[in-house]
Amino acid sequence: MAGDTVKLTGAQIFLECLQREQVKVIFGYPGGSVLDVYNHLYDASIKHILVRHEQAAVHAADGYARVTGEVGVCLVTSGPGATNTVTGIATAHMDSIPVVVFSGQVPTMLIGNDAFQEADIVGITRPCTKHNYLVRDVKELAAVIKEAFYIARSGRPGPVLVDLPKDVLRASDTFHYPEHITMRSYRPTYKGNKRQIVRAMEEMVAARKPVIYAGGGVILSNASKELTTFARKLNIPVTTTLMGLGAFPGSDPLCLGMLGMHGTYRANMAVTHCDLLIAIGARFDDRVTGDLNKFAPSAKVIHMDIDPTSISKNIKVDIPIVGDVREIIKECLTIISEQKIQKDHRKEWLNEIKHWREKHTLAYKKSTNIKPQYVIEKIYELTKGDCIVATEVGQNQMWTAQYFTFDKPRRLLTSGGLGTMGYGFPAAIGAQVAFPDKTVIDIAGDGSIQMNIQELATAVQYQLPVKIVILNNHCLGMVRQWQELFYDKRYSHSRFETHPDFVKLAEAYGAVGLRATKPEEVEKVIKRGLATHKTVIMEFVVESEEGVYPMVPAGASIDKMILL
Amino acid sequence: MRHTISVLVDNKPGVLARVAGLFSGRGFNIECLSVNETLDPTVSQMTLVTRGDDQLIEQIIKQLNKLIDVIKVVDLENGDYVGREMALIKVSVENTKRSEVLSIVDIFRGKVVDISPSFYTIEVTGDEAKIRAIVELFKPIGIKEIARTGKVALTRESKERKA
Repeated sequence: MAGDTVKLTGAQIFLECLQREQVKVIFGYPGGSVLDVYNHLYDASIKHILVRHEQAAVHAADGYARVTGEVGVCLVTSGPGATNTVTGIATAHMDSIPVVVFSGQVPTMLIGNDAFQEADIVGITRPCTKHNYLVRDVKELAAVIKEAFYIARSGRPGPVLVDLPKDVLRASDTFHYPEHITMRSYRPTYKGNKRQIVRAMEEMVAARKPVIYAGGGVILSNASKELTTFARKLNIPVTTTLMGLGAFPGSDPLCLGMLGMHGTYRANMAVTHCDLLIAIGARFDDRVTGDLNKFAPSAKVIHMDIDPTSISKNIKVDIPIVGDVREIIKECLTIISEQKIQKDHRKEWLNEIKHWREKHTLAYKKSTNIKPQYVIEKIYELTKGDCIVATEVGQNQMWTAQYFTFDKPRRLLTSGGLGTMGYGFPAAIGAQVAFPDKTVIDIAGDGSIQMNIQELATAVQYQLPVKIVILNNHCLGMVRQWQELFYDKRYSHSRFETHPDFVKLAEAYGAVGLRATKPEEVEKVIKRGLATHKTVIMEFVVESEEGVYPMVPAGASIDKMILL
Repeated sequence: MRHTISVLVDNKPGVLARVAGLFSGRGFNIECLSVNETLDPTVSQMTLVTRGDDQLIEQIIKQLNKLIDVIKVVDLENGDYVGREMALIKVSVENTKRSEVLSIVDIFRGKVVDISPSFYTIEVTGDEAKIRAIVELFKPIGIKEIARTGKVALTRESKERKA
């Protein structure tokens, strides 16, 4: 096929390229301008998952990428097909997830002509992709695809969109896939500066009250093992961001849990009182820092990150180290082995943290109604944590972060940066496609699940046994909570007066529907749901007024927590 | 503080949109901008003037560098540089103003590039202050139209220049 004399069409070149990139699955939706590709997909060996909405195609590819560490791939048509991907792309962009989206485009002759199903998707997605391309000539196609995959997965990963005009897909050229690419304008730094690393190590060894603040970058660079060894060797407690959950074992005694707006008391207190903050693959998001002036006020800050723009963006950093965090931690570990570590001088600090832990731990009040936290605790207990968990956005997401212990990376799929409702279910589909034999659970609210509920059809068609847990409080719980706390309990448009019958809805799609309305039914429903080898909805009718606590009001100092 | 930043970019469609989009999307401000091809036709040079404190400028430079099409970013404020703008000014020369206009042009080392019975079109180059000064002098005489370029700039070759 790859001979220099044989001419292939753009559509064939496209599929050849995907094979060279070892793409195993495409999440897509056909339409006029990509019909040539679909014509060749008809008898290609590559797997294609037909979603029911293009947004879900991107979320599924994103979920696939998060659990596998590979690049997720989508294929959609021009115009509305392309614009429907925007939320998915922006979601992947905020969380630095490697996804390549291929969109059809009207023939180059018609571009700019307001042609049928034309949208300037390159213009539209420019600010929410890592990079994007409009392929104007079939001669560029293979090189552009190679570059797109390279950019998506290298450096700080992210989504790349490649727009494919119909005439480019139909034109022919000899196929040549470049072995290597060098881009004069894009050369990510992987190795950290040795002198900075040595300086950082000196601080880390000497600090009396250090805290590691680990983010999603640790997971993206596959540095969890190194981070764990490192933290244990130096006896430094670790707090993680939402995106960093699983980067360090949640059940390790050094783990402080999540920090920030809905973080644990001990994590927020530890950060507020630490003398050295070691940020690793994290970006000082406002949901983490609260009031920047009062965030780690007396600490020196070390920041390891592959993206220089993340460093000193929100907070002044004393020792910046640009590079791949895995490389950097490995370098730190070789330096440690040459040094004697005195663990004793941390004893006081760890005792102080223990005291915070005793003063306040995550808790909720029991009730005659089902408590959403209880459902999540039970899921953790019954799965022993051995599953992939996707969440939607809002209270369901925060309770999952708080009450489910993540001991391993790439087990939590959640839209941390953009906060995309409707993300979890399609992401869970992507994860299940990647790992057909693993238990994959989407923890949803009754609001979020309805934002991509149509994907039940996809899950059923491909016999994906995704477990959907709906914590049904009949309202937009997080909106309701903010209205309760900050808007005089004026519950403006946050209550759903009607809902479909989720059990019947599941059945209508050919899935299984289960429901629990009382606490004593919870365990039974989860057990049945987990034992079901089909797509299943487990609906839990939970207490409407339940809030997520502790909570730091937006913009406040993170040690000023509303506790329960 | 004002900073003049020189940006070398791949000469490809959409690059200007990426740079402009970066500035608008992140709330940075562009005071002026000029773009042109360099000796290497695959590379364009942008010179842009922006304003901000050190932290903001650092962020602007990092964000520019992060764009895939950007090859090199230099903050010219870190050393000596020559910066020039050009203006074309159409000045009313009715009645007896001609000699007055010509003497101003002369003092500013400008050029008259077009003449009609009632107007002179004057070309003048210099730094921003010089352009502003000549504009102020022509105002009372009567400016019909004015067209100005953004700043273009190059670093000075000097031994003391810091790397």
